[in-house]
Amino acid sequence: MDSKHPIAARNLNHWFGTGEARKQALFDINLEVELGSLTVLVGPSGSGKTTLLTLLGCLREVQDGSVDLLGHELHGASGALLTALRRRLGFVFQAHNLHNSLTARQNVVMGLQVHGNLPAEQADAAASHLLGLVGLGDRLDYLPANLSGGQKQRVAVARALVGNPDIIFADEPTAALDRVTSANVVALIKRLGRERGTTTVMVTHDNRILDQADRIVTLEEGRIVKSIDANA
Amino acid sequence: MTGLLHALLGRLPIGWLQLTHSRARFAAALAGVAFANVLVFVQLGIMNSMATATLKPYEFFSADIMISASDANSMTDGGNVARQWMLQALADPDVEAGTGLFVGNVSWQRGAQSLGLTTYGIDPTESRFLSPDIAAKSSILQLQGAGLLDRFSRGLPRDEAASIRPQTPLSFEVSGKTLTLYDTFAGGGGFGGDGYMILSDQTYLTMFPKRSSSAPDHVLLQTRPHVDAAKVAERLRELVSDKTLRIRSYADAAQEDLSYQQTKRPTGIIFGFGVIIGILVGIVIVYQVLSTDVSDHMREYATFKAMGYGHSFFLGIVLEEALILGILGFIPGLAVGTGILTGMAAATTLPLEMTVGMAIAVFVGTVVACALSGAIATRRLAAADPADLF
Repeated sequence: MDSKHPIAARNLNHWFGTGEARKQALFDINLEVELGSLTVLVGPSGSGKTTLLTLLGCLREVQDGSVDLLGHELHGASGALLTALRRRLGFVFQAHNLHNSLTARQNVVMGLQVHGNLPAEQADAAASHLLGLVGLGDRLDYLPANLSGGQKQRVAVARALVGNPDIIFADEPTAALDRVTSANVVALIKRLGRERGTTTVMVTHDNRILDQADRIVTLEEGRIVKSIDANA
Repeated sequence: MTGLLHALLGRLPIGWLQLTHSRARFAAALAGVAFANVLVFVQLGIMNSMATATLKPYEFFSADIMISASDANSMTDGGNVARQWMLQALADPDVEAGTGLFVGNVSWQRGAQSLGLTTYGIDPTESRFLSPDIAAKSSILQLQGAGLLDRFSRGLPRDEAASIRPQTPLSFEVSGKTLTLYDTFAGGGGFGGDGYMILSDQTYLTMFPKRSSSAPDHVLLQTRPHVDAAKVAERLRELVSDKTLRIRSYADAAQEDLSYQQTKRPTGIIFGFGVIIGILVGIVIVYQVLSTDVSDHMREYATFKAMGYGHSFFLGIVLEEALILGILGFIPGLAVGTGILTGMAAATTLPLEMTVGMAIAVFVGTVVACALSGAIATRRLAAADPADLF
């Protein structure tokens, strides 16, 4: 990578299924994401946004073309490299994907523990701090079953952020959030971008986020049809 | 508990938290593991009891070498051995003493009940050929018609066995001849008969008039101290070189009897199969428990994988669960298994018992089976892209 672009996709194609049922989901994607920026992927459902996000975020094997992530080629990358890269990323999923047997705080600790085993008190303190930032300081020891959809989503955001990731990937992170929390979450992500140079790639339909995006990339039927640089 | 495990593992005890999240499911998983343990314990107990019961009569006597007929696979079957072979064996400088051992079955009619006693006849003055316990009581056998009874004989009430003392002997008749029991010794019913009885060779011969003192069933030999019995037996085999005889060290004879019972006799083969089936069913149960748990948490594991956790982390969780289930399932499994074996032992007088070796083997086997099952179940996770598992 050049130091300004932590993510660069070139001639990226992707297919689902095999044989007769094989269907191309992405066509010749070329995309460079600038360091510290907030890039938003938009498009109708089925346009390949989530597929692209998971390819960039090491959650799917690259089949054809190239993805350069934090200076490493993902096409043909070893399992060990993928695991190491994933630790530098923060993922907020469409579904919250919290572990049902763990409390809010324990779920967030899992985002920290992946970097090695911290003393329990230190990990708890960091997790509590992040949960406070997303407005859940009074729900630390709640199990996911006892949290609302929006609260669960905020725990997932805290889990993604707690490890100080280089890049945050988010798939509809504010879909389940109310206006105020949604604004808080986006503000938090923006602030991290400013202060720590954290890069964010987000799939969203949320207009309130589009206003804050540095770049809006529109996909249709697996192709990038429009890329608007908001700061230009 | 969570805090303790956290300190122990140096990470959140995910396995523990996962297992205890749903108490009903946890209880079902533990019941499954405990059941698998009980199954294997009972089958192992039955198989071990056959070994104990087979070797039991060898403990009554003290010998280094045994000469038997070539068709004698155990103490109780096969033809006779001419006494002259004993005399020939005694010519070997390393053989110190020899005696004949007679074997037969005596049926003791106790009202409507009949007790089949495996009966041994041996010269009571040669007490060096008797186990210390029996040797201490052997002098009374010199009385004509005297016998020592196995106090653990099947169908013999414990208090009645305890009342058989030299001061209060118990007499009964067998085919018109009177036997008087003066004392008891510790035997224990086997698979062949209800119990054991020991008589002098003279009493034995009056009970079995067709048998001759010159042809006992086996000849017991004792070697000089610090002599390898197997080597002497080898030498005697060459010296005698008679195809109608089996000359073996006493220990070999016992082991060959055991392997004959285990591999050639239907009961032994059935018990061996029982153990194999028990272990297989146990493994299937344990595999079900662990693989169900892994697939129930596949989404969550996929999330962890997406966060950058490697495969060793998941194997760690599975191993943690295997240990927890193995330990917590073992405790009720051991208790119930011991209970069942004790109950069966009381009902059959077979030496069915829980041994430390069995307990350790079953515990280690359970944990290994749990861990392997879990490791196999996590392979899908290792192969798939996280995005496909959400």
